[in-house]
Amino acid sequence: MSQPILVVAECKGSSIRRVTFEAIAVAQKLLQQRAGAVHCFLAGPGEGAELQQAARELLTYGASEVHLASSSEQTESNALASLKPLQSLVQQLQPQFVIAGHTAYGRELAPRLAASLASGYIADATAVELLDDGFAFTRPLYAGKAFETRSFTGAAPHIVTIRPNNHETAAPLEAVAAANESAINTLPASASPLRSIVREVVSRVSSGIDLTEADIIVAGGRGVRGSEGFQLLQQLADQLGGAVGASRAACDAGYCDYSLQIGQTGKVVTPQLYIACGISGAIQHLAGMSQSRTIIAINKDPEAPIFSIADYGIVGDLFEIVPLLTDELKKLGRQA
Amino acid sequence: MKIVVLLKQTFDTEEKIDIADGRIEEYGVKFVINPYDEFALEEALRLKEANDAEVIAITAGPERSSIALRTALALGVDQAILVSETEQLDHSYHIAALLAETIRPLKPDLILAGLFAIDSGSGSVALQVAELLDLPHASAAVKLQLGTADELALEQAPWNGQLALVERDVEGDSEIVLLPLPALITAQQGLNEPRYPSLPGIMKAKKKAIIERFPADLLNEPLQASIASSATVRTAITPPPARQTGRLLQGSSEQQTKELLHILQQLNLVESEES
Repeated sequence: MSQPILVVAECKGSSIRRVTFEAIAVAQKLLQQRAGAVHCFLAGPGEGAELQQAARELLTYGASEVHLASSSEQTESNALASLKPLQSLVQQLQPQFVIAGHTAYGRELAPRLAASLASGYIADATAVELLDDGFAFTRPLYAGKAFETRSFTGAAPHIVTIRPNNHETAAPLEAVAAANESAINTLPASASPLRSIVREVVSRVSSGIDLTEADIIVAGGRGVRGSEGFQLLQQLADQLGGAVGASRAACDAGYCDYSLQIGQTGKVVTPQLYIACGISGAIQHLAGMSQSRTIIAINKDPEAPIFSIADYGIVGDLFEIVPLLTDELKKLGRQA
Repeated sequence: MKIVVLLKQTFDTEEKIDIADGRIEEYGVKFVINPYDEFALEEALRLKEANDAEVIAITAGPERSSIALRTALALGVDQAILVSETEQLDHSYHIAALLAETIRPLKPDLILAGLFAIDSGSGSVALQVAELLDLPHASAAVKLQLGTADELALEQAPWNGQLALVERDVEGDSEIVLLPLPALITAQQGLNEPRYPSLPGIMKAKKKAIIERFPADLLNEPLQASIASSATVRTAITPPPARQTGRLLQGSSEQQTKELLHILQQLNLVESEES
């Protein structure tokens, strides 16, 4: 049993996404004590000096080999362009598991890969457990209103995506500080026909922090009353180094973009800190954020359901509290 | 032009989840068309109105799923197909294989589906259908245009014929993707504003037939072998961990803010003054 485990790595800009380090740690856990190695697949555009740099970094985090796929069609988010080279690599390596992040990229790539290989697929795992006779993966249902545990019963390779922010991250190994260049392979260019092209990418996320990976989220609901109110939340988020989210009510009312929506429709988030401002706490919203580590609720209505899941509550006016907190944080920043 | 829309019937988003005897209680639950599939359905209906397309709605599931199809008929789809299945509904490859084999003889130009279903939340079935039918896909569409390169005002395109120009949501950023038809496209929130069925629509839908398909007729031996090799099994289902009752901060806004700041510092989420 020396089947390797393959991690589908992902970069954002020139840096490796944190979920990739989580996936490496999950892979190391799945290997247990048995012999076997963690390999990484990394796809990126063009000639790729940055890709080489990222590959060297992956080696220092415990990957024994990194396989690079680069093509002009490959962008950060073009899963279709990664599919064929990844498929070939999986057929060559015969890994026991393929692990990717449950990100925009991973959640497109993994099911297609699974279907092409007739492999089992468990999506969006929040926990991985070792059993005497295998592995169990916990994942949310109904956006977190319930959790199920699943196991693979079919043949390897098994495909898993993991939810960002829910797993330990791998630590860099000092011993391999001088990365072994021969452990970086470039996969042959795919001869498959062109399936789609990305014509343009328009960056709209002001802070550049993805909601599902954010450590801190400041979210607003109907009580924020408009896009001006959301600017107050943005200022607080900027001070905290976090991202802004919203409830469906706020999105439906046009206060902000749908891409910010958190809930059963929208994104499910599990940050270290969730500050809910003017959010009453509809069931469908709670499903998307109730697994956050610490929840702070600010709402005028003491009966709002959000208080039932908040660790700390303030019954008060968010238009007073949010700017006050922003100012306090600014003062702190100046002292530091 | 022929458009297939994939639908799944799900719990309403305002439903609580009760677990009894290791399964989710369905009794008394309000079922709806998965909200993301509603965007797909609405887009298909708009394309039908603009281009004289034929729209076929397909779902795989138990008998109750026919209610979702009835709604789709009331909204204006031309044909509704129920793949009757009560087993392995949470096995995505199994459901994808049933849908793909139902779609294959229809030879649609476009398949529309929701980004994910709000119950299982994997977002896998539609993309697996695309893979099994060897079609390109674009996911999380917030805007969709169809036409030739000329009609889409593109100077050049690597393909002839009908194309889809898709604006898609990628973790908050947007991306413009071009792909040739036939293709599968999944709908993200914001693609459109779904309509409600009209009373005449509902009355007419009652008279329309729902076509039934059966797994035994759709799955050949190789597919059955693939379904077995891709199986996963649920071993437990639990409610989310309960949260401890929190604490309300007291005093004036200033005092509450100071205490909040102190809490953030204790949690190491904000630098302490001493450091």
